[in-house]
Amino acid sequence: MRNVVVEDAHAAVRGLSDGDTVMVGGFGGAGLPRRIIKAVLDLNVRELTVISNNAGAGGEDLSLWFGARIVRKIVCSYPRSADVFAQQYRAGTVELELVPQGTLVERIRAGGAGLGGFLTPVGVGTVFEKGKQKIHLKGRDYLLEEPLHAQFSFLKGRQADPLGNVNYNKTARNHSAVMATAGATVAIEVDQLVHAGEMDPEGIVTPCIFVDRVFLSRSS
Amino acid sequence: MKTLSRLALARLVAHHLPKEGFVNLGIGAPTHVADFLPADTSVMLHSENGILNVGPKPQEDQQDWDLINAGKMPVTLATGGSFFDSSLAFAMMRGGHIDIAILGAFQVSQTGDLANWSTGDAGGAPPAIGGAIDLAVGAKTIWVMMEHTTREGMPRIVSQCTLPPTAVGVVARIFTSVAIIDVTPDGLVVDALLDGVSIDEVAALTDAKLACAPLMKRFRADGAIAER
Repeated sequence: MRNVVVEDAHAAVRGLSDGDTVMVGGFGGAGLPRRIIKAVLDLNVRELTVISNNAGAGGEDLSLWFGARIVRKIVCSYPRSADVFAQQYRAGTVELELVPQGTLVERIRAGGAGLGGFLTPVGVGTVFEKGKQKIHLKGRDYLLEEPLHAQFSFLKGRQADPLGNVNYNKTARNHSAVMATAGATVAIEVDQLVHAGEMDPEGIVTPCIFVDRVFLSRSS
Repeated sequence: MKTLSRLALARLVAHHLPKEGFVNLGIGAPTHVADFLPADTSVMLHSENGILNVGPKPQEDQQDWDLINAGKMPVTLATGGSFFDSSLAFAMMRGGHIDIAILGAFQVSQTGDLANWSTGDAGGAPPAIGGAIDLAVGAKTIWVMMEHTTREGMPRIVSQCTLPPTAVGVVARIFTSVAIIDVTPDGLVVDALLDGVSIDEVAALTDAKLACAPLMKRFRADGAIAER
């Protein structure tokens, strides 16, 4: 039977390489894969491009990656209270691609769903038009937004079974369910591992087809 | 000139919400509107991070940091509430399913242009946009609540925004610390004024033409509507 359970966070991040693009789940502290974030520090990778809603807030979050200077660029909607990121942004050592939050998650969804992009009215008449194709359709202006993909998606779930089915806890779901579709390798730390068949099929939010590695968060 | 406190402004806005509907409260001042909804309201609050029917703040010992609002503070789930991912949350916003979004703002123009995002500063502070722009474009009705002037006393209601816009021509109604102003095809119309404040005083602090509604109302300093 399929079994995607790995031993710990270090096994979950194996293969991450210099220059990779990484999606990291979480909205504020809810849904942050904290064990994975720490384990990445031990890999000595550099020049990562990170796709995440926020840019850390000075705790055990993406601030650690900025502190270790392993991020070249972040694609992000709301980098506030992110002091470590802000220092490097000011110094010009980290690039920021600022994306409206709904556009960010939809670009990730497009990436995971095999779409070449989508048209959104969000950003028309603002600085977010810059560099994008504007398309007039049935009386309304839209911007053409392109999909996002990543080598890895690093996520936090509530439960997983050995097949890799996953659900999430309350607002810790946020961007993770969509990021699970758009990473070539998807690694998820969870609070609980259960036997196959124990999860309510109606309550599986991320079906196992998207998931490559799961591990019990407490074990590492 | 007298002005409403932040909480009184939240009470004033809450008083104007319909009895039912789907409402999103932006981060910052609008969040306080939730504290003034009547106990029997059928309004359901939406949160961009994946909640429909947000409940009241929890007791301190009941806080769950996996159950937070868009301002990243702990909340509860009201009866019949649901959780979903960000993609569905923004489909609700952009897809026209939210009846009213209440947003803070730096500036609103006389044609309803909204400027409410931090574009960064000369000192190198990074810009941040979040989900306000999706709400501004997608919600059926946009209300703004803000101080009538900046800390330096400059008008926030202007003929044309000098700050980069979040969205163009979207604001329907502005609740300020001294007035309720509707954005209409004929320009800005004052629907109500704070007790003890004159239309001339408000006009002097507004960089756009104001007309008075035929039956202009008054509201009290605590944000309640004055009985006439």
